[in-house]
Amino acid sequence: MASIDVEKVGKIYTGGVRAVTDINLEIKDGEFIVLVGPSGCGKSTLLRMLAGLETISEGQVKIGSRVVNRVEPADRDIAMVFQNYALYPHMTVRQNLEYGLKNRKTPKAEIDARVTEAARMLEITQYLDRKPRALSGGQRQRVAMGRAIVRKPAVFLFDEPLSNLDAKLRVSMRGEIKRLQRRLGTTSIYVTHDQLEAMTLADRLVVLNGGQIEQVGSPLDVYHTPASTFVASFIGSPAMNLVKGELQGDKLVIGPAIIALGAYAPTPGAVTVGMRAEDLRVVSGDEGMPFTVEYVEELGSQRLVHGLVGDQLLTIALSGEAEIAGTMRIAVDPARLHFFSADNGKRIVGTSEAAMAVATPSPAPVG
Amino acid sequence: MVENRPFLTFLTHAFLILGFVVVAFPVYVAFVASTHDLQTLLTGAVPLLPGSHFIENYSAILTNVSAAHGLPNYSHMALNSLVMAVVITIGKILISITSAFAIVYFRFPFRVLAFWIIFVTLMLPVEVRIMPTYKIVADLGMLNSWAGLTIPLIASATATFLFRQFFMTVPDEILEAARVDGAGAMKFFWDILLPLSRTNIGALCVILFIYGWVQYLWPLLVTTDTSYYTLMMGMKRMVTAQDGVIAWNYVMAGSVLAMLPPILIVIFMQRLFIRGLTETEK
Amino acid sequence: MMDTKRTTFNNKLLPYLLLAPQLIITLVFFIWPAAQAVKSSVEREDPFGFSTVFVGLTHYKRLLADPNYLDSLLRTGVFAVAVTLLSMGLGLAFAAAVDRLARTSRIYTTLLVWPYAVAPVIAGVLWWFLFNTSTGIMPYFLSQFGIKWDHDLNGTHAMILIIIAAAWKQVSYNFLFFLAGLQSVPHALMEAGAIDGAGPVKRFFTIALPLLSPTTFFLFIINVNYAMFDTFPIVDATTSGGPAQSTNILVYKVYQDGFIGLNLGSSSAQSVLLMLIVMVLTFVQFRYVERRVQY
Repeated sequence: MASIDVEKVGKIYTGGVRAVTDINLEIKDGEFIVLVGPSGCGKSTLLRMLAGLETISEGQVKIGSRVVNRVEPADRDIAMVFQNYALYPHMTVRQNLEYGLKNRKTPKAEIDARVTEAARMLEITQYLDRKPRALSGGQRQRVAMGRAIVRKPAVFLFDEPLSNLDAKLRVSMRGEIKRLQRRLGTTSIYVTHDQLEAMTLADRLVVLNGGQIEQVGSPLDVYHTPASTFVASFIGSPAMNLVKGELQGDKLVIGPAIIALGAYAPTPGAVTVGMRAEDLRVVSGDEGMPFTVEYVEELGSQRLVHGLVGDQLLTIALSGEAEIAGTMRIAVDPARLHFFSADNGKRIVGTSEAAMAVATPSPAPVG
Repeated sequence: MVENRPFLTFLTHAFLILGFVVVAFPVYVAFVASTHDLQTLLTGAVPLLPGSHFIENYSAILTNVSAAHGLPNYSHMALNSLVMAVVITIGKILISITSAFAIVYFRFPFRVLAFWIIFVTLMLPVEVRIMPTYKIVADLGMLNSWAGLTIPLIASATATFLFRQFFMTVPDEILEAARVDGAGAMKFFWDILLPLSRTNIGALCVILFIYGWVQYLWPLLVTTDTSYYTLMMGMKRMVTAQDGVIAWNYVMAGSVLAMLPPILIVIFMQRLFIRGLTETEK
Repeated sequence: MMDTKRTTFNNKLLPYLLLAPQLIITLVFFIWPAAQAVKSSVEREDPFGFSTVFVGLTHYKRLLADPNYLDSLLRTGVFAVAVTLLSMGLGLAFAAAVDRLARTSRIYTTLLVWPYAVAPVIAGVLWWFLFNTSTGIMPYFLSQFGIKWDHDLNGTHAMILIIIAAAWKQVSYNFLFFLAGLQSVPHALMEAGAIDGAGPVKRFFTIALPLLSPTTFFLFIINVNYAMFDTFPIVDATTSGGPAQSTNILVYKVYQDGFIGLNLGSSSAQSVLLMLIVMVLTFVQFRYVERRVQY
């Protein structure tokens, strides 16, 4: 068990390409951290620097109280689970689990005990004498996790461990990883590009973009108060609606529509307005914004309605039985609006929180 | 695909059988010749059916015939061929797999230069540098020695490239997992890379054994002492008989025996052989 | 071509140790002799071997003006092209036939691959025996058609003999590569061809053969290389370059002039020219491989 301190860490590849810039993170003992972002955002590079598989160009990494910048991967007290499992194909499952322990000169009895324990925990006991190629994807994934568990490391590092599995297996393995981590209490860092996986697993999310941290926070914090338009569009499905608007006094103008914000308006001028699809609701009369329906996606429990307000695309999530007309009027609770700078996409701080306090809150729509 | 053209299929079989007969003909004639006495072979047309001197000819070639040609015993030459083929095979595989390991799994100064030096050997077959190579071997005092016979043939760009190519297909994560598991370079090599290379090593063994067994020009250059003669040189020497009469029955018996080991290997290890052949030449 | 793994080991000395045996052998027995060949191709030794003088390109000029050498060059060309066409043609025909058969293809493959394992020198001995002017079967057979076979006097006969012996050994190699090429032609393409109404023969010529062109080109280079450099034992076991130099191909000539004639300067110049030929062939072969990778 260990905490991890990442201070001002950066990665510059030979040839000068910069992959990661100025990462600062304090990870508490036992925490489950998920690094999430689109491909090429530097999340895997960061993980590999923690593992010791990439050299650290700038800053320093501490595992526990020890600076590990120059420590070999094997001596960092970490274990890693790879995307393609990276099982040794010529060894049996048992040999795969034992290999790291044998290299560390762990006593035989201890190795046996740990392998038995891990195999039982992961329900792979009956496969111990098989070669990896005789296992299914899910079973291989379990073996890869077992190889990490037997080591009893201070930190687990997961590099997109579920992305080679089919959708159904991914969901069940996700749950299992979470359960195991809770049970073992081992500090874990998990890399994924799948925002749903990130949301469901993380104690804290680290959203990365272009090699830099966009936001760190609990899944719900990140979901409800995204720090930038990037985070807003990356976390949550369907992605948050982002439209151009203009603040005029205490009114927000979006295309043809004008929304009264009550007393609060953060800043005058052009802004990017964020609205979650489930925060939008259909209203009657001439309230709200005119919405022209283009097409509907049926999800069963929900209907995702795609359409236009003025010339801007918008998606609203309605209940499965909601009636849909060709044109409708839609509205949103001002407290649930997100404002982002039109220039740099950063959240205009305090918007919804302040609005909450000022505007008369109406009951949140069920969706 | 459903296709029913019995006549074409018949033609195909006929063509292939005819092809086999033509391809096998020289070897068949050699075998037939090895079962007749010399008198029969020298009086006009060689017969097309085996004769009755099989045991006589083969036991003669295996015992005293070669001595009459100033050669060591047949079994002695066979052993020389075997030693040469085995040493070359093992040597080539050993130095190629370590070279490929260094080139793929390490970054170090002059890595690219090392690669090109190895590559250049492709352009310098022994045939084109006969005289100076002979001179080097002579200067190093390696004429008429096992070292001279084998070491200069052990460098192998193709085997190095085969291993390099194979190592490139081994997922990076295997190495990373091994490093996290505490394996150093040589431990990784022994525990993981070598076992993973088994099939490639097997395929190369087949190809390289044949390569070593059929060597002719190099032994011809560096050995004058007949105790180092291989079967290839021995058989050639027997057809260049000084007194004018070639003992064809014995030559053919000896040739048939000399052909057997590599042919049997190709037939019984066909899969490895084909793999080795098609992969080394890419 | 020069990639390493994403992660590499940090050992400083180890890679050099791992490379040392290969590099030492290469430097001592390949690069150094080649450099010596280049050096002595521009020098002349005095008759007693006490001193050498730089003579520039004299050996090359003399060589390229020597009708014997030019003749050998021409014969090598004829020999290489003939061996290549004959062995590739037969190899392709066998491969096409075997590819048509599903169940028996393995048996035929076995029946056709083994000549690869016959040593060139033994191949020479076998064909020498077969064509032996006094006792061989082939001259007897040919005499029935009124052909008087005599490779001891007739240069053309001698050339045909070494072409057949060299091609015979190489057929199995070409067969295997053509077969592998044919088997990698997607089935869907052949089926599309069948649906478009093309019969097996037409499909072979209009679909399979064009798709085989990379294999064909590759084999062409390999075969020319084989015919030029690997056929020394065949010539040595049969004609020894005769009669009257008619089968004295370049590799045999460089050996004869060097070892038998002891003409170091000329032999070295010939070596260097041969190296240039191999370099061109290797270069072409690897350019082609690079292009194939991009597919």
